[in-house]
Amino acid sequence: MNQNEPNLYLWLIPLLPLAGAAINGLLGRRFPKKVVATVGLVFVAAAFLLSAWASWQLCHLPLNKGPIVENLFSTKDPLPWITAANFRVDFSFYLDQLSMVMILVVTGVGFLIHVYSVGYMEHEGGYYRFFSYLNLFMFFMLTLVLSSSYLLMFVGWEGVGLASYLLIGFFLTKDSAANAGKKAFIVNRIGDFGFLIAMFLMFQKFGSLDFGKVFDGARGLPVESPGSIGILTAIALLLMLGATGKSAQVPLYVWLPDAMEGPTPVSALIHAATMVTAGVYMVARSNAIFSRSPLALTVVAIIGCVTALFAATIGMTQTDIKRVLAYSTISQLGYMFMACGVAAYSAGIFHLMTHAFFKALLFLCAGSVIHALGGEQDMRNMGGLRKKIPWTFWTMTFGTFAIAGFPPFAGFFSKDEILWNAWSSPYGNKILWAVGLITAGITSFYMFRLWFMTFFGERREAEKGAGHDSHGHANNGDHVHESPLIMLVPLAILALLSFTGGWVGIPKALHGSDLFNRFLSPVLSGVASAEPENPGLEVELAATSVAVASAGLFLAWLFYCKRRDLPDKFAAALNGFYTLVRDKYRVDELYDWLFVQPIAEGSRKLLWQEIDVGTIDTLVNEAADSAQLVSNEARKMQSGNIRSYAGWVALGAAVVVAYMIWVGLR
Amino acid sequence: MVPLSYYLGLSAVLFCLGVLGFLIRRSIITIFMSIELMLNAVNLSFVAFGAYLHTLNGQVFVFFVMVVAAAEAAVGLAIIIAVFRTRETLNVDRVNLLKL
Repeated sequence: MNQNEPNLYLWLIPLLPLAGAAINGLLGRRFPKKVVATVGLVFVAAAFLLSAWASWQLCHLPLNKGPIVENLFSTKDPLPWITAANFRVDFSFYLDQLSMVMILVVTGVGFLIHVYSVGYMEHEGGYYRFFSYLNLFMFFMLTLVLSSSYLLMFVGWEGVGLASYLLIGFFLTKDSAANAGKKAFIVNRIGDFGFLIAMFLMFQKFGSLDFGKVFDGARGLPVESPGSIGILTAIALLLMLGATGKSAQVPLYVWLPDAMEGPTPVSALIHAATMVTAGVYMVARSNAIFSRSPLALTVVAIIGCVTALFAATIGMTQTDIKRVLAYSTISQLGYMFMACGVAAYSAGIFHLMTHAFFKALLFLCAGSVIHALGGEQDMRNMGGLRKKIPWTFWTMTFGTFAIAGFPPFAGFFSKDEILWNAWSSPYGNKILWAVGLITAGITSFYMFRLWFMTFFGERREAEKGAGHDSHGHANNGDHVHESPLIMLVPLAILALLSFTGGWVGIPKALHGSDLFNRFLSPVLSGVASAEPENPGLEVELAATSVAVASAGLFLAWLFYCKRRDLPDKFAAALNGFYTLVRDKYRVDELYDWLFVQPIAEGSRKLLWQEIDVGTIDTLVNEAADSAQLVSNEARKMQSGNIRSYAGWVALGAAVVVAYMIWVGLR
Repeated sequence: MVPLSYYLGLSAVLFCLGVLGFLIRRSIITIFMSIELMLNAVNLSFVAFGAYLHTLNGQVFVFFVMVVAAAEAAVGLAIIIAVFRTRETLNVDRVNLLKL
């Protein structure tokens, strides 16, 4: 480490939330709620301030200086974590422009959601447990984005999975919550398998898992031909398998909608703003590998594109407010992968950041609505809430306009950058752009559908005994009340960010500075655009997407505000297809039939009844039985009669003597 | 001079008598004496070899055996007396309380 380089105490950033998690987890049971909340908030706030300070320092270093690598406890020499033969991994942290954006988003949005949770979880049991888990999640997420090697990243990667599992199953007496947690965990394992194999290949090829060494090695290799699967393509595809699991992409997206069983702040923090974007971060971080494999990029782009459209269509038909947002998250993550797939990594990270703002906002607003309605989650039982909960309404409006992509909200700039890159990048093409555009329209439609159904029209009669009562209030529809201030302040801040967050990346075509892109350029060396700069075309495309979003808004208004009878007629006209989409294309049933049932049946019939009971148990029992049989006979020799022993001894001696006389001495 | 084989033959005969006595007789005293007989049969062959090979090793070994036998006799007889006092019999087949 250079002497004049500032010591940034990077290791403290993840460890502060861990301390919070330990204090609350070990001692929190005895603390009053105020203390628990204070501990939870203080450590995350400290991590945020430290991140901000470190980022400030980083920004004042020369832009092309490269990453800052610091070791645990700020020791000068690298601290080996694992050493075995020529394998060595250090416990060190890595700060560059990319991880800087990530830690700011994670700690910033994370802190706001912690604040919100103080109010939201007020009436829930297990208050200390909740904050302990949340802090634990922050620790692992910060480890993930600050790690300097794939292995340490994997620790964070698995850790956030654990925290996600714990928090999805937070209402642990509820069967559906426990099952959703298990589902998330198991589906993620499939992706982790890919990540692990990718690490093995990396070590085999580059002899290290350090980012620096791996990327240097990858940069030394030529770009692989799209037709064959070379080592880089294999690594990239396996990493992408990991990313599809963590970031809920086709075909491993099925866990995310079910993850909505967790408390709403968890959905906002883990399953919208931060953890699920880990896959995007990982792909962007590995851009040196992906950029050398056109085949892998194509696969990433196609997966992202398919996921975006697929999830968006499901989002149109859902009636549970949180599930709409869940499918929306999957769809937006698809956008980010589409950006990565056309080698526009910074556009993906840009969308990651703005999405963190507006999706966290939307989830928290949804939580506020659910809170106001005492646990009601079905949008069919909402309506007319605009006047009753104005703060929630206005902040949610910001979020909705941001995700729908109306200028000058944040989502417009990031989404447009992705669409523009899908059109203009050498890896992009018009089909990707068209699908992205259609998805933008659908996104606008289902978000405004949610908005109209929740806040406009008349309050629809709540059916007694609301089904999805994941929020434990008594279902009392008459007492619609605005949330407390501690929940509204985070909403207001996030609304502000959703409004202004995109301004850091206004493209040149719109007379902006393209600051975000340039800031990330030392890390994310995207591929230079094949087409010449064409500001006119870019503006035209942006205008098209705004037009499409407006069309979505108009349709949603027509269907859910003006002509309430239309949706039903429409659904009746498209009967078969509509039910298929409403049932989420029956993918869960397909997976159940294709994988779960065969495995369960195979386990029961073959592994349990045949192999375990039939073979192993039988073998053990047979061995025991035969041992008993033999010993029953052999036991008789041990009569306890000394004379018979002596007889045996004498006989043996006689045999030995006889042997020596007739055979041995010859 | 009596050849070595005579001594060894006598020793073998004595030993076999001891073994037979040990196996056949029931009285503890007799069994005990049979053991002494076997020891002394071995002693005889030691001494015979010692004389035949003109070394003292055999003779010295006999002293050791005698010492052990004397100690054994002391302990053994004490045990026999103790057994007789409690069981009032010297028949080994009836001293089988610990047998399974």
